[in-house]
Amino acid sequence: MSTLEKVSERIKNSLFVPIDNNNNMQDSINSNDVSGQVPTLFANVPLGPVDPILGVSTAFKADTDPRKVDTSVGAYRDENGKPYVLKCVYEAEKRLLGAPKEYLPIDGIPEFNKLSAKLLYGDAMNGKEKRMVTVQALSGTGALRIGIIFIRKYLPAGTVVYISRPSWTNHHNICKESGIQSAEYAYYDPKTKGLDFTGMINDMKAAPNGSVFVLHLCAHNPTGVDPTHEQWNVIADVMREKNHIPFMDCAYQGYASGDLDYDAYSARLFLNRGFEMFSAQSYSKNFGLYGERTGALTIVSHREDVIPKMLSQLKMDIRAMYSSPPTHGARLVTTVLSDPELTALWVKELKEMSGRIKDVRQKVLDALIARKVPGNWEHIVNQIGMFTYTGLTKPQVDILVNKYHIYLLGSGRVSLAGLNNKNIDYFADAVLDAVTSTQ
Amino acid sequence: MIRSARLISSVKFGQKNIRQFSTNWWANVQKGPEDPILGVSIAYNKDTSPSKINLGVGAYRDENGKPYVLECVKKADKKIYEANVDHEYAPIVGVAAFNQLAAQLALGEDCKHIKEKRIATVQSISGTGALRIAADFFARFLKGKTAYVPNPTWGNHNVIFADAGIPVKSYGYYNPSTCGLNFDAMSKDITAAPEGSIILLHACAHNPTGVDPTTEQWKKISQICKERGHFVLFDFAYQGFASGSPEKDAAAVRMFVEDGHNIALCQSFAKNFGLYGERIGAFSILTESPEQALNVESQLKILIRPMYSNPPVYGARLVQAILKDKELTNEWRSEVKGMADRIINMREQLVKYLKKHGSTRDWSHITTQIGMFCFTGLTPEQVDRLANEYHIYLTRNGRISIAGINSTNVEYLAKAMAAVTKDN
Repeated sequence: MSTLEKVSERIKNSLFVPIDNNNNMQDSINSNDVSGQVPTLFANVPLGPVDPILGVSTAFKADTDPRKVDTSVGAYRDENGKPYVLKCVYEAEKRLLGAPKEYLPIDGIPEFNKLSAKLLYGDAMNGKEKRMVTVQALSGTGALRIGIIFIRKYLPAGTVVYISRPSWTNHHNICKESGIQSAEYAYYDPKTKGLDFTGMINDMKAAPNGSVFVLHLCAHNPTGVDPTHEQWNVIADVMREKNHIPFMDCAYQGYASGDLDYDAYSARLFLNRGFEMFSAQSYSKNFGLYGERTGALTIVSHREDVIPKMLSQLKMDIRAMYSSPPTHGARLVTTVLSDPELTALWVKELKEMSGRIKDVRQKVLDALIARKVPGNWEHIVNQIGMFTYTGLTKPQVDILVNKYHIYLLGSGRVSLAGLNNKNIDYFADAVLDAVTSTQ
Repeated sequence: MIRSARLISSVKFGQKNIRQFSTNWWANVQKGPEDPILGVSIAYNKDTSPSKINLGVGAYRDENGKPYVLECVKKADKKIYEANVDHEYAPIVGVAAFNQLAAQLALGEDCKHIKEKRIATVQSISGTGALRIAADFFARFLKGKTAYVPNPTWGNHNVIFADAGIPVKSYGYYNPSTCGLNFDAMSKDITAAPEGSIILLHACAHNPTGVDPTTEQWKKISQICKERGHFVLFDFAYQGFASGSPEKDAAAVRMFVEDGHNIALCQSFAKNFGLYGERIGAFSILTESPEQALNVESQLKILIRPMYSNPPVYGARLVQAILKDKELTNEWRSEVKGMADRIINMREQLVKYLKKHGSTRDWSHITTQIGMFCFTGLTPEQVDRLANEYHIYLTRNGRISIAGINSTNVEYLAKAMAAVTKDN
């Protein structure tokens, strides 16, 4: 099986590695232990499956075809297909040259934590600060992991974490690794390529009271389909009724509409409505700090007196995992967000990045219409954020990958940042071919 | 994974009404204990006395009591800044060039395992992160095994293994009456451990005691581990920092590899590169074959992805920039030797002043122990007196961080220690 085939298999079957003592795994390769010398305890360690998303990126990197296009990983690219270092970040780096590299507190930089909570919750936070706890985390993944561990430990046994269908594949992995059960709620409607709002509400009503719901703040990954503000209000009504706990996954604030406050609507709504809730923030995309692993976990309680206890437990979990978080990325964010000029520059750059994505969406739609590609492609401009769920089928994806060296996920998810004026036509040609030849 | 929301509607939550339910989520959250090590810094920071001394956290301080950013690190930092590199995701296993350099630094460039690709190395969140990956990996692939750590050991060892679900026992190590190694107990306990147990060894500069086995003693331990089929895990947080020579400090690790142990190795670059807060480390497992190394690596990736996806790049880039450059590497070598030499010098000064201020105790262990830490032999009560009467802060097990000592405060410290141990 090629790398990408294995990847597609994993996504199709929604599999993460089930660890069993017999090590019966599809992709298992038995090592040829020919040495017969010092016995090894690891002779029967099977070869694990490649991560569905990062595996595609690996395949792209290995491809030598000059026409290749990478629309797999959710990382921003500029008009020339290059990673973009934000000017506000570069200026902040200049100021940090030679700075001491002492250990941070276990929960990270206090100023960073305050700024992060303020960025997400805005004025909705006023008066509630003392019953909120924020810890610096290893980007969104790290925040989710620490939050889910906390949920497993302190929510009633049997609490289930509900994740949208589909969602970022790592959500289920994180639950599994943390020893908590995950389930799905309806979300994406393949027929409309939009939100299955009725299905979503029905599943929320059917779930046992007090379940956790992982909600994407904005720019849903992978579909790009977000509820409207009105729909968010209905969601909040139902969740209030059922006493559900929102866990906001906030990886794209500022990236969806270009407006930080607009994008944060849902989190502020839940806070204003009096929920006890969680949020996982990532600065990977909106600050371009992907590899610096910069993020924050916030938990909101109804009471102030439990906050110090909660913080102490969070710190214990962090201490046993990695002791304290890395300084660099958090310092960069803190430097920018505490400087009004740098913040203004950041807001401008955020608008430019999200603006370019919106522009790409329009151009892709125009190119598909111009070629009269069969089907309705409006969803490409109706969806929002970095990704679009194109609706391409597996055989069609295969044509894009194998014939045209255009890398996207087997689910049909395209990361639009990988497209630009130089390759949109090529992409549209490929889609035309893929759609017409599989009819 | 449950696909239908209806599946678990039968789960009972009791008859609590909704309002009570929603306010009681965190009522059963106990306040956790303050971390003992980092707690010392908190107490020190609160103290307003001008003569206060912090002998708590194991972070190097220079002659003026200030954090020390290595010159080679500053240069590497500038290089990276001027290159305007992006902040793209590292692969799950981290920066490949860094992984290679880290393994070579520990195991030597001639290491057969590296040459033959019989090693899986992943970048980790410093030493703690490496240990946690190790523990999670063992929990999955060495099911049922117990981990043996020295008594005493770094407090976080126990917690890391516990959170990964691995039972922990200890083997004899420190002899309080000699302030040295209890080699008999160490050998006996490691021998008695069930076959195939996980044995955690501090590669050098044992934390918290500063007591290391001799070469002959290491040889014997290696032999015992072989006979008992034990799995050896090295915690290597002080390469270069102990003796001043990275090669000397790697001697035990390299001896075990020579002897045929396919070890697991946890490296930290926090102390020896002064990169504490950047969380840079590496975790390696030596294997029988390249295929096995790939298998192991693939499983490590599966553990890492749901923990933090991929590691932070900044620290890895700094170390890589230094170790791939001959000049910067030489500069690093002389700087790490400088740090080690200052520590060694302070040990000697402390003993000198203890004698000068009339202490008749045998303090020779202060100079025979090695590395950042020293197990003074002070009791918890004496430690409390040092804090309350002299504004000198250390952990209650009597461990001092020598890095907190300098020529300005060494005599004051000696006087205080002499005073609180006077009648014992």
